[in-house]
Amino acid sequence: MPSTLTSVWSLINHFLEWFGDLAFFAWEVARSAVRRPYEGRELIRQLDEIGSRSLPLVALAGAAIGAVLSLESRDSLVRFGAKSMLPAALVYSIIRETGPIVTGLVVSGRVGAGIGAELGSMKVTEQIDAIEASGVNPFKFLAFTRIVACILMLPLLTLAADFCGVLFGWIAETLVEPVSFLRFINKGFVGASFSDFLAPTFRTAVFGLIIGMIGCFQGMRTKGGTAGVGFSATSSVVLSSLFVILADVILVKFILVFFP
Amino acid sequence: MRHPEQKTLLAGEESAATPAIESAGGKSDGPAVILRGLHKSFDSQIVLDGIDLTVEDGETLAVLGRSGTGKSVLLKLIIGLQKPDSGSICIHGQEITLLHLDAMNEIRKKMGFLFQQAALYDSLTVEQNVAFPLKRHTKMTKSERGDRVKELLASVGMEGDLKKMPSDLSGGMQKRVGLARALALDPGILLLDEPTAGLDPITSGEIDELILKLQAEHDMASIVVTHDLHSAKTIADRLALLHEGKVQIEGSFKELEKSDNEFVAEFLKRDS
Repeated sequence: MPSTLTSVWSLINHFLEWFGDLAFFAWEVARSAVRRPYEGRELIRQLDEIGSRSLPLVALAGAAIGAVLSLESRDSLVRFGAKSMLPAALVYSIIRETGPIVTGLVVSGRVGAGIGAELGSMKVTEQIDAIEASGVNPFKFLAFTRIVACILMLPLLTLAADFCGVLFGWIAETLVEPVSFLRFINKGFVGASFSDFLAPTFRTAVFGLIIGMIGCFQGMRTKGGTAGVGFSATSSVVLSSLFVILADVILVKFILVFFP
Repeated sequence: MRHPEQKTLLAGEESAATPAIESAGGKSDGPAVILRGLHKSFDSQIVLDGIDLTVEDGETLAVLGRSGTGKSVLLKLIIGLQKPDSGSICIHGQEITLLHLDAMNEIRKKMGFLFQQAALYDSLTVEQNVAFPLKRHTKMTKSERGDRVKELLASVGMEGDLKKMPSDLSGGMQKRVGLARALALDPGILLLDEPTAGLDPITSGEIDELILKLQAEHDMASIVVTHDLHSAKTIADRLALLHEGKVQIEGSFKELEKSDNEFVAEFLKRDS
């Protein structure tokens, strides 16, 4: 029994220590953000790396979700005699929840692992030390640029996932029962307000913050050799996915309260 | 509360009378590096236990010692990658242990650091690696920067490898590029961490000759951490032998040879 208590206490201790280190890291990044130089060129490189290179995967995931949702929902709605509600059900489901969370999870897999592995490898080969030794702040040059790129690109990637989801939902529907895209969209957005669209899309900026912050943090604290790099990449994906899901639950509640 | 930019006068160090760092490479009238009472531990392991060393401008000090005696840690303390537990580090008369990041970065621009494994940025070409500090800290135009990079790479015999990636280079070539990058901002102090480690004797000799040539050209203070006694003898004016966290002996190679200290005799015998 005492050994169980000891391991639980050790686990809690470890978690609190990790959280404290993360807070310190976030503070260092925030402090570096307000100082010159602003690393515009590196930020643009990261926007390309994180944004445009994630686009195909995010678009594919959105398309698959849209097609599957359309096929699955059609069957259920026909049973309840609500077939005409399909476009609205699909559009609401994609723009309010499925699009944002799928984008968050896909990007946390692709980008989280990439950042964790890249920075981890730089850490163990002393490249981060070399950056610091040459008088450049690695918190700004490496972490801040990646975090900001994630924050800016996630909402845009979500728009792409939403669009592909609705488009392929329509394609799946029109293969069963032909309907024009314009009519599908008109029926889909009946009663939709701007807040239905805006708040869920912009909550992915928080997902971007989580993915960028955890990826950079895990990468820059890598210890050991290749095993350490592997651990950083894996833990970046696991932790950022976990925190994206937790943040989604909290933000959905928040959005329902403030944007009813 | 001390202002971060405040310069410190060390007791008993009349030459450290805090002149401003102005000239190219940050040189001043006093010694380039003064270490006093430097302590560093990792958990319960004491690595450095009261290190006192001084390196004058234009002088090369080789720091010798067994593996794990804190030689590399010493260099990382000097360039501010790690903080000492206690003690003082003066770079050209300026105490750096309490400096904030921006001020420390200004000091770092005046120092060049060659890492043990060269630590070249593996996503950048040789040319981009050497241009990195120039791009960050100078207002050179692209063509001026290109010329400076070519000049630096020519000085280390790598002018034909501008477009190569670090992974395409041998260990010796990576060290050469690392040296060129360390010299990019014309530093007043050069810190070399095991410059010949992992290299064959011929390449080690070439690196030693290169370091001697560059020291003569740039007139820098250098601290070379090594366990290669032959290399230390070739490139250093003075040697300091670390053991159990302390400087066991400091002086010329001949002075070390004359020492009756048991560890010094054993170290020299094993390495000769």
